[in-house]
Parts: sequence; structure tokens; C-alpha cells
Amino acid sequence: MEQLALILLNGLVYGLLLFMLSSGLTLIFGMMGVLNLAQASFYMLGAFLAYTISVRIGFWPALVIAPLLVGVLGAVVERYGLRTVHKHGHVAELLFTFGLAYIIGEVVPLIWGRIPVPYKVPPELDFPLFHIAGNAYPAYRLFMMGVAIAMFLALFAALARTRLGLVVRAALTHPDMVGMLGHDVPRVFTLVFGAGCALAGLAGVIAGNAFTTEPGMARALGAIVFAVVVMGGMGSLWGALLASLLIGMVQTASISLDLPLGAALGRIGIPVNTAVLTDLWQVSIARVAPVVPYALLILVLAVRPRGLLGTRSA
Amino acid sequence: MRNRFAAALAATLCIAAPARADEVVRIAYIDPLSGSLAATGQLGEQHFRFAIDRANAAGAAGPGRRLELVAMDNEVSPEKSLTLLRKAVDDGIHYITQGNGSSVAFALSDAVAKNNRRAPDQAVMFLNYAAVDPGLTNEKCTWWHFRFDADVDMKMRALTDYLVGQAQVRKVYIFNPDYSFGQSVEKAAQAMLANRRPDLQVVGVERVPLGKVKDFTPYIQKMQAAGADAVITGNWGADLALLAKAAGDAGFKGTFFTYYLGSSEVIAGVGPGGRGYAQISEYHANTGNADLERIAAEFEAKYKQKFFYWRVVEEINMLAAAMKQADSSDPAKVGRVLATMRSNGPLGEAVMREDNHQLLQPMFVSVLEPGLPFTFPESNLGFRTVARIEAEAQRLPTTCRMQAP
Repeated sequence: MEQLALILLNGLVYGLLLFMLSSGLTLIFGMMGVLNLAQASFYMLGAFLAYTISVRIGFWPALVIAPLLVGVLGAVVERYGLRTVHKHGHVAELLFTFGLAYIIGEVVPLIWGRIPVPYKVPPELDFPLFHIAGNAYPAYRLFMMGVAIAMFLALFAALARTRLGLVVRAALTHPDMVGMLGHDVPRVFTLVFGAGCALAGLAGVIAGNAFTTEPGMARALGAIVFAVVVMGGMGSLWGALLASLLIGMVQTASISLDLPLGAALGRIGIPVNTAVLTDLWQVSIARVAPVVPYALLILVLAVRPRGLLGTRSA
Repeated sequence: MRNRFAAALAATLCIAAPARADEVVRIAYIDPLSGSLAATGQLGEQHFRFAIDRANAAGAAGPGRRLELVAMDNEVSPEKSLTLLRKAVDDGIHYITQGNGSSVAFALSDAVAKNNRRAPDQAVMFLNYAAVDPGLTNEKCTWWHFRFDADVDMKMRALTDYLVGQAQVRKVYIFNPDYSFGQSVEKAAQAMLANRRPDLQVVGVERVPLGKVKDFTPYIQKMQAAGADAVITGNWGADLALLAKAAGDAGFKGTFFTYYLGSSEVIAGVGPGGRGYAQISEYHANTGNADLERIAAEFEAKYKQKFFYWRVVEEINMLAAAMKQADSSDPAKVGRVLATMRSNGPLGEAVMREDNHQLLQPMFVSVLEPGLPFTFPESNLGFRTVARIEAEAQRLPTTCRMQAP
């Protein structure tokens, strides 16, 4: 029981972190039809900027300033980069963000070096909050969860309750009509792209010190964020939330399972002939944990190609 | 045409004649200088630069012969390393050194042997300072490969001897990176813990991908759930640093028995909770040897990092001495000298085994404790020797069959 609580807590933290990254991505895609391949790079930028700011004026200002800087950078990229290539179609846009990911990936080590930077959890939050089954639970983890949930609520409220949110939602489905009604759709695009990047930056700020802040961190998360967005349904915020939590839970839980693959499949009602591929069935679930999200992705795509809550085909 | 030939001949003669007076021997350093394990690769590079500067200042490689390091980033990828080896050979480099990742070392060792068979005039010597899979000096050994660190089995024997003697340790968790080295550590630990003490049991065996896991908390919780009071781990670099950090955050009470606890990036992640953590190494700061203390202080003044790889200094010293003795930088000639070399180090004699090119040197099991002359600022703990294993006592049987060129 206590083990289950631990798995749930860890899964929740990881899932919410994935959501902070994927929400921006899915928002941008839903609105502009652009799959921002540089999303994880903005996450990395957020972590490095937060490190630089936190060693000078502290973690709390960094928590606000770093995501804003990343957001402004995102907006500038949209205004002067993406908008220019927009007229050449979606492939050009995709390639543009692809190149952007590479450029950020090379510029970051030029500025901060190739080794991990010592970005530390603030001392105010660096203490064990409670104990479960002999394991101390760091207060910072709970803080991460709190920030992610607050962000989700704010985002949701902004989209559902404000006038700007109304325009954004309208532009999601009927951009031309929104333009006809006199709204500046390109400016809304810039705003959404900037906001999406800022969300990724915020994820970097709060995750960079809990894990490591190093130039490879974008690559490590990039692929899984796409798995989340595709699984949740491209453009669906709720879908991204659902898929993030699902992947977070499944991946954390699979680390904790030492059951061999064959026995595990047998237990959920899929009998396997262990005589063939003997070695494969002996591999424990924990060893294949890193593959599980992608296996889940394929499963979802096979059964429901538009994703869990998506409205159009991926 | 004739003129050009004559010019070329003259140029060759000009280069050939004074070569003895001033020769630069380049050593390609092939290790990760980017990516998640870059910190480990950079630490190694700094030690090599330091060791080579020392050797050159002392003229250790013989009159007029200088060593020079060429750093190459392999991102711990065997494929990338082979491309770099090709590049090194094309550039006329005859010495390579590598340490991070036995998977890389296997690929390099194999490629070096093939290259040297095919092109003896472009022969390359492979100096291995940290890739410790036993296979490299056993079934997969080659004459061109020399190892300056004790292998997995030699280290595991010392580590398990100490662990078995700790009466409070009853449940052991074996936790390793998932590649050839981690598999060797796992196999050695299981074999050497079996039937040692009736109340000692292995409660978990696990491997994780190298340099991929960012949050080890779930693994620590698994160890906790299994009731582990000791963890044997071959993890290194950023992986071990994150593992130790997760253990500290979760208040894990078990003791870590490690191969690489002492490297600066790892030890920075170990807090006061690391008291009693053990490592097996050829060096730590509290050996009480004045020569080593001076060398360490010199290194720390220059690179603002803790001195860690004594074996890198030893490797360069022995290589330079072999060149001087062979009066050549031809790897075949140097290798013949190195293969039987004995070197008097500050901590005792080091002997190169002729049958498999494994260096035997005194090794130390040390544990983190407070109140020592040299401690780490993050934890106020330092290493104290709890066991010294003499060079000759580490001579294990080998299956290596190799032939000198």
C-alpha cells in the first residue's frame, strides 16, 4: 500500500512535469498547426537561465524571470522567424523549428559549457517533508507538483474565462473567421507561441535543479514529449494532461515491477509461449521501463489513431 | 617533375635527420567531452594534461621527445570512437588512450588489433586507464592493449572481502549500468558473495541504461522496500552522483560499495549521510604519502578540481619511461618494454603482467569518515583506508592468449 502511494507520488511528479512541456506544444500545434520541435530546447533554456539568475539574485526571482525571458524569446522567434517561413507551408515551419532545436542545442554549451551546471534546489525547500515506508519525501517535489497544478489551472482559466482565451479558442478552429471579425490573428499566434515556450521554460526552471541541468537534457526529454502529445491527441489540452499522467504513472510503476515480461503478460490474461524467445520473456518489466511509453504510444495509435482525446487524425 | 622529386627527397631528409633532436609524440584521448557524462571525460582530460606536462618538464620520454595530448569527443559511443580512431591513424597518431565505457574499449581494442595487422607501419597502442571489463585482458585480449586500472574481478574481490567482514550488512542490492561493464560487475558480485556468510543475502539485482536516468528516486525506493542495507554499484560519473543524491534526499540508510565514489562530480552530490560509503581505488587523498600529497596539491592548484586519477599519472610515467628505455616512439618497440615493466610508485611497486598486459598495483578499500586530514567540503567527510591489497595478491588467472608482433 505504501509502495503504491510512492509510485503514485513519483508518477504524479513526472507526469505533471511532462504536462508542463506538452501543454505548450499541444497548444501551439492546435492553434498554428506547427509542431514545435524546439519545445524541449526551450525547456533547457529555462533551466540554464534559471541557474544563471538564481546564483545572482536567488531562486524565487528566477522562477518568474526565466520563464518570461524564454517566453519573450519564443515570441521573437515566432514574429521574426516562424512567420517569415509560414508562407512556405508546414514543412518549412517544421524544418525551421528542427533547425532551431539544433542551434539552441549548440549555443547552450557555448555559453554554459558542456558539463552539468550546479543548479541547486533552494535551501528553503531542501528538507524532507514526510516519510512513507522509510523513504523521506523531499518538500521540493511537492512544490513542483504545486507549480504544475497552479499553471494548469491558470492556463485553463485563461482559455475558458477571458476574452483573449475566447479569441484563442476561436482561432484554433476558425482562424479566417476570427481574422474577418477584426482580430489580429498573427499577433494571437505570436502570443500563443511565446506562452507555449514560457511554459516549457517554467518546466525547465523547476525540473533543472531536481534533476540535472546539462546540454543533453533537451534531447533526453524531446522524444517523450512528442509521445505525450500524439498519445493525448494533437491540440487537446485535456488529452495532453491525461497522456502525461498516464505515461508518468506507467513509467514509474514499471520501474518498480520486477516481474518477468512473460509472467506479467500471463497475469493480465495474455498467455505467451515461453518456449520461443525465452530470453525476451525473462526480461523484467523494470528493465524495459524506458520503452514502455513508446509501446503505449503505438498501442494508442493502433486502437485510436487520433489520440486519446483528439478530434483529428494524427 | 624531377625537381619536385628532388625537393621532396630533400624535405624528407631534412625531417628525418633532426627528428631525434625534437620529436612530438601525440596521444589521442578518446572519451566523452559532451553529453551527460562529459564531466567525467573532462576530469580525465585534465589529469592527462597534468601528467603529460609533468613528464615533459622532467624530460621523462627521453632526450628531445615530448608528449602531446589530442582530445577527441566520442560521446561514449563505440561507433563514434571507431571513426575517431580512423582519424587519429590518418593523422599519424600512434597512441590512443580511453577509459570511459568498456563497450567503447572493446570496440577500440578490436579495431586497433585489426589496424595493426593490416598496416604495421601505422600501428597504434591502446592505453586503457579505466575500462575495467575483465574480458579486455582475458578472452578478448590483444597485445596492443595495456590496462592501468584493476579489472572488475580484482576490485570486486577486495570490495566483497570488506563487505563480508561488516557484520551489520545482511541484505545486499546489486545495482549497475546496463552494458558490458555493469554486467561484469553484477556477475562478479553475485559470484563473490555466494556462500560467504549464511546470513548474507542478495535482495535485488538491477541494471539501468547508462547516462539516461535523471531521477533515481524510484530505484532508491525499491532498494528501501527490499530492505537493502548495502548497495554494490558500478555506476559512475553523473549516474552515481544522481544515485547518491536521490539516496540522500530519500534518507536511505544503506551503505554504498562503489567503484568510483571519489571522482569530484560524484563526491559533490554526497552529503553527510554518506558516512561509511566505500570505494575501491588505487588512490585517495588520505594515504599519508607526502609525494602524492604534493602531486595532488599541484593538480588542485592548476585545475581547481580534486585530484582523482593517480593511475593516469602512472600510465603517462610508465609510457614515457618505456619510450626512453626503448629509445623510440615506435609502439611495437615501446610495447615490448612496457609489457614487462616494473615501476616504483609512491605507494609501492606496480608491475605490468606480461601474459595479459594488466597492471598490478597496490589497491585500497577506503570509506568516508569525518575528522581526516583531507575532507570534501560538501560533507566534511574524507576517505580512510580500511584495507590495502598488495599488487601480487591481485594476480588472477587469465585466459588471455596473445602474440607479440
